[in-house]
Amino acid sequence: MNKFWIILFHTYLNKLKTKSFLVTTLLTVVITLGLTNMSSIIEVFDKGGDKEKVAVLDETGQLYEPLKEQISTLNKNLQLKEFDGTEKEAEKAVEEGEYVGIVELRYDAEQLPEATYKAMSVADSAIFTDLQSGLQQMKTMLAASKIKLTPEQLQQLYEPVSFEKIALEENAKTEEELNQARGLVYVLLFVIYFAVIMYASMIAMEVATEKSSRVMEILISSVSPIKQMFAKILGIGLLSLTQLTVLLSVGYFSIKRNLSSLEGGFFDSFGFGNISLSTISYAVIFFILGYFLYATLAAFLGSLVSRIEDVQQMITPMTLLVVAGFMIAMFGLGKPDSPFIVITSYIPFFTPMIMFLRVGMLNIPVWEAALAIAILVGTIIFLAVFGARVYRGGVLMYGKSNSFKDIKKALQLTKKE
Amino acid sequence: MVLKLEHVTKRFGDFTAVKDLSITIPEKEMFGFLGANGAGKTTTFRMILGLLDSSDGKITWNGQPINYSTSHLVGYLPEERGLYPKLKVSDQIVYLARLRGMPKSEALSELKIWLDRFKVPEYENKKVEELSKGNQQKIQFIAAVIHKPELLILDEPFSGLDPVNVEMLKEAVLSLKEKGTTIVFSSHQMHHVEEMCEHLCIMHKGTPIVHGALKEIKRAFGKKNLVIHADFPLDSLKAYPGVVKTKSTTEGIHLQIDGEYVAEKILKDIVNKGFIRKFELEEPSLNDIFIEKVGDTYE
Repeated sequence: MNKFWIILFHTYLNKLKTKSFLVTTLLTVVITLGLTNMSSIIEVFDKGGDKEKVAVLDETGQLYEPLKEQISTLNKNLQLKEFDGTEKEAEKAVEEGEYVGIVELRYDAEQLPEATYKAMSVADSAIFTDLQSGLQQMKTMLAASKIKLTPEQLQQLYEPVSFEKIALEENAKTEEELNQARGLVYVLLFVIYFAVIMYASMIAMEVATEKSSRVMEILISSVSPIKQMFAKILGIGLLSLTQLTVLLSVGYFSIKRNLSSLEGGFFDSFGFGNISLSTISYAVIFFILGYFLYATLAAFLGSLVSRIEDVQQMITPMTLLVVAGFMIAMFGLGKPDSPFIVITSYIPFFTPMIMFLRVGMLNIPVWEAALAIAILVGTIIFLAVFGARVYRGGVLMYGKSNSFKDIKKALQLTKKE
Repeated sequence: MVLKLEHVTKRFGDFTAVKDLSITIPEKEMFGFLGANGAGKTTTFRMILGLLDSSDGKITWNGQPINYSTSHLVGYLPEERGLYPKLKVSDQIVYLARLRGMPKSEALSELKIWLDRFKVPEYENKKVEELSKGNQQKIQFIAAVIHKPELLILDEPFSGLDPVNVEMLKEAVLSLKEKGTTIVFSSHQMHHVEEMCEHLCIMHKGTPIVHGALKEIKRAFGKKNLVIHADFPLDSLKAYPGVVKTKSTTEGIHLQIDGEYVAEKILKDIVNKGFIRKFELEEPSLNDIFIEKVGDTYE
């Protein structure tokens, strides 16, 4: 077998077998499952708990029944119960934990409902809000009937104004599409961000480990450093694809399964229902290119350090670049057509995230995306050629200093003079 | 099967690491590189292996330049020892052997032979980090020779080993030589080179200052060592014409002399002065030559 493939699969299989990799993958699968099933999980916990009981002290003797009805439609887990006794007794019952709170109902001067809510703490705003809106509706109905409004008139009064956004630009995305795209882009940005940081530093670590354990000299005497570097980048790349495939398929099927039960819910608005093919292909393209860009950078930075402890320090500037790109992309989610976003989408270190954001959220001409991809590919090739030369010298260098001056030294080593 | 270095020079910027080095190492030879730290030995090896390009000159193996297409013919034990700490010995050796073009099954059976030979067969499934330093060196040596290279380059192979392991490794190296491997090795321990090499080269600050067959070098050096133990004072000999260096010992005196003729004269002069318990003329040791050529700054 070709030496390139030997290194590639050695890197891949060895990393695959490590405990840390298996644990990380398992953990992220669990988290993915958790996130995609969040609503079911919350439900399970809520079902497990008792219904929350609120004591009602009704001074009027009329408001309790209609309020109970209102609340039962608003929140099934909230139970109202009329309390027979004094206020003091009710407060005691709350203190003993029998009820979560007390509502005191009475009429105000206008003969409209008024209430006080008492609880051990008022941190749980959900109960209060539900009670408040239930009471509000009752008040509205009572007030309306007082001034003799028909239910139709009342409905008219509360009907929201019809207000539609329409983009004039041809092919522009509608508001609904934009929201969907935003959700999808958001998720994929996270994937790109974490993957680039994680796998790029994995490569830098790998190179530095070989160097610090001094096995590097045997390796480079058998296989050219350039071949080694790219075999390693591809090996880790394969690893990242394996991990992502596992995660994405787990996430995808989990969401698919939930979609049928949660039609029109949370996931629909996040745009998972109908992901467009072009967005997915752009995501794949930008992920792969982004990976190569940062992996090449990480490999040659890793080749410059002699000790594993120095790796983090060396790749910090690179990590900051990724973070900056991510921050800009986050800002761009709200304003994808601002000039700042347009400009930064052509800067190769940001392109994978920001150009992807633009193609995902806007309908930009194909040439713009193509141009950015071309610049990105050009940068990758340049970095690969330059990085390979640094790598070749860097792996022979052992010393204390770990500064960027070493790049110059490493390049000098590969020169004839 | 000749390794040929022709006027090889290596410069790093303004610094010249190796200067005009010309060596021919015939097949099945053991060639020794001597030199202090920083003399340019490792740089020379790296150039032979193609890890560094020479600034000037040419390096050929059998008339062909050495590069990655010939790497299966070359074995290398780097000065800086190291293996993957977390990998099992067998995985490690198989991986490195495959990178040198040896199939997996062959590498495994060869590894068994070597481990038996070094009397450590139980290490096959151990992780490298669990082994002692000396045993790691054995594994590293196996990694360098497992693919049966024609040209073997050993950078300081015996440093850091206990005497038993040094002997074991020496035997292994000699048996490889018997089988026809051309071996180049460096050391700053003279006696290893003196014992094992027919040809050698002493490097000093990048320049080869002595180069040739061991016997020739000793003969050309001319100077000899004379050891005299006697019952009467020998201090007067320190100023004797032809005596280069002297060293007094408790029993007598060690002299370095210009040639055999000096010894003859001294013997005639002192023979009547009293009882001479020892009068011995020795060949110069490589150590003497090295110190003479490189200077007293070393060792």
